[in-house]
Amino acid sequence: MLTAEEWQVVALSLRVAVVAVLGCLPFAFALAWLLARRRFRGLILVDAAVHLPLVLPPVVTGWLLLLLFGARGPIGGWLAALGISVMFRWTGAALAAGVMALPLMVRSIRLSLEAIDPRLEAAARTLGAGRWRAFASITLPLALPGILAALVLGFARALGEFGATITFVASIPGETQTLPLAIFAALQVPDGDTEVVRLAVLSVLLSLGALVASETLVRRRYVGPGQEAVRNVL
Amino acid sequence: MSCDDAGAVVSVDVALARGQHTIAVRFAAPAGLTALLGPSGAGKTSVLDMIAGLLRPDRGRITVAGEVLFDRAAGIDRAPEARGCGYVFQDLRLFPHRRVRDNLLYGWRRAQRARPLLGFDEAVAFLGLGALLDRLPETLSGGEAQRVAIGRALLSGPRLLLLDEPLSSLDPPRRREIMRVIERIRDELRLPILYVSHDREEVARLAGMVVRIDR
Repeated sequence: MLTAEEWQVVALSLRVAVVAVLGCLPFAFALAWLLARRRFRGLILVDAAVHLPLVLPPVVTGWLLLLLFGARGPIGGWLAALGISVMFRWTGAALAAGVMALPLMVRSIRLSLEAIDPRLEAAARTLGAGRWRAFASITLPLALPGILAALVLGFARALGEFGATITFVASIPGETQTLPLAIFAALQVPDGDTEVVRLAVLSVLLSLGALVASETLVRRRYVGPGQEAVRNVL
Repeated sequence: MSCDDAGAVVSVDVALARGQHTIAVRFAAPAGLTALLGPSGAGKTSVLDMIAGLLRPDRGRITVAGEVLFDRAAGIDRAPEARGCGYVFQDLRLFPHRRVRDNLLYGWRRAQRARPLLGFDEAVAFLGLGALLDRLPETLSGGEAQRVAIGRALLSGPRLLLLDEPLSSLDPPRRREIMRVIERIRDELRLPILYVSHDREEVARLAGMVVRIDR
């Protein structure tokens, strides 16, 4: 049914999106917790920085990544010293997708954290739970619907990422050419119409599959506080 | 320091500035039930929070059963989980994602090792929670939730029970029921209780000693 090239595109897209979202999750959660639970000077700046990829043209985000992670960039130079480069690699595509997914993931987790009464953790402390156990047994499970929603939104965003990826790591078949990039490439070819249709149908199927999977996951959870946050986000 | 009143189970001498006014409280409570009586907004709940370690006093000293929980001058400030204060909050704060059984067991395992007050089955029978164990908190009535919150606190093996207006949101029959439970905790379990209320009648019936807290 699918050609070898098409399988390659699908496998690469899934790998990039999964790695992007899972890699992004710890940062997204930490940022969401910071924004939901702490009051500090510079909070507005952190909030704005997190949301930047949402409002900037993706090309600009890709270009900024190029500046930061290029061989002579501040982070890229440091990584190069360790023998690591994300330039023109699928890891770079995952990085771009992760950065683009970050604001959506932070928003969704933050909403669910803000719906949780922090005094529940205080109650857990009086019952003998240390700071960490109180967090892990009360706040974390209550935030789970928000975390699941963040994973779904982030995955969808990562799967559709185009502008930042093509600017940052170009469109290299088999390495950085994910579904949207492959569709764009096929559009440039004079007789690529059939390929465009096939790839477009593929991306519709992938997105539908992700949505159905997430719906099932979220529905299986108990109904409780935090659930509202998921409904609001989805 | 040996200035703690002889025979006192709980000794509190704290001050905390809250906006315009300062909450300053000093009392030594004997065994039994001691009521903190005062109008709303006087800072009664803040006093319980300071004893439980959820709010840090600006100055002062708190001891329970001879152990110093807080002493500003000596730099002692025990974490809430190390204070052994069972706290029944006015808003109960049952964990919404855990069934009654798991709410009750939350502080139990640790308490078992340290200083169990009563066993799980004993507590369930004591408070009549048998039929509620598999329910989620949101499905409980006011009186049921109140009993679960009390059970959860008792099962954490406290040396002192803090009750914040436990009767205020209940109808008269439920009030009488919870009042009986509190009397039995006082008389049968012999657990020292600090009881926050603004109701003189309640206090007259339950308390051995009354501490007035005014604005």
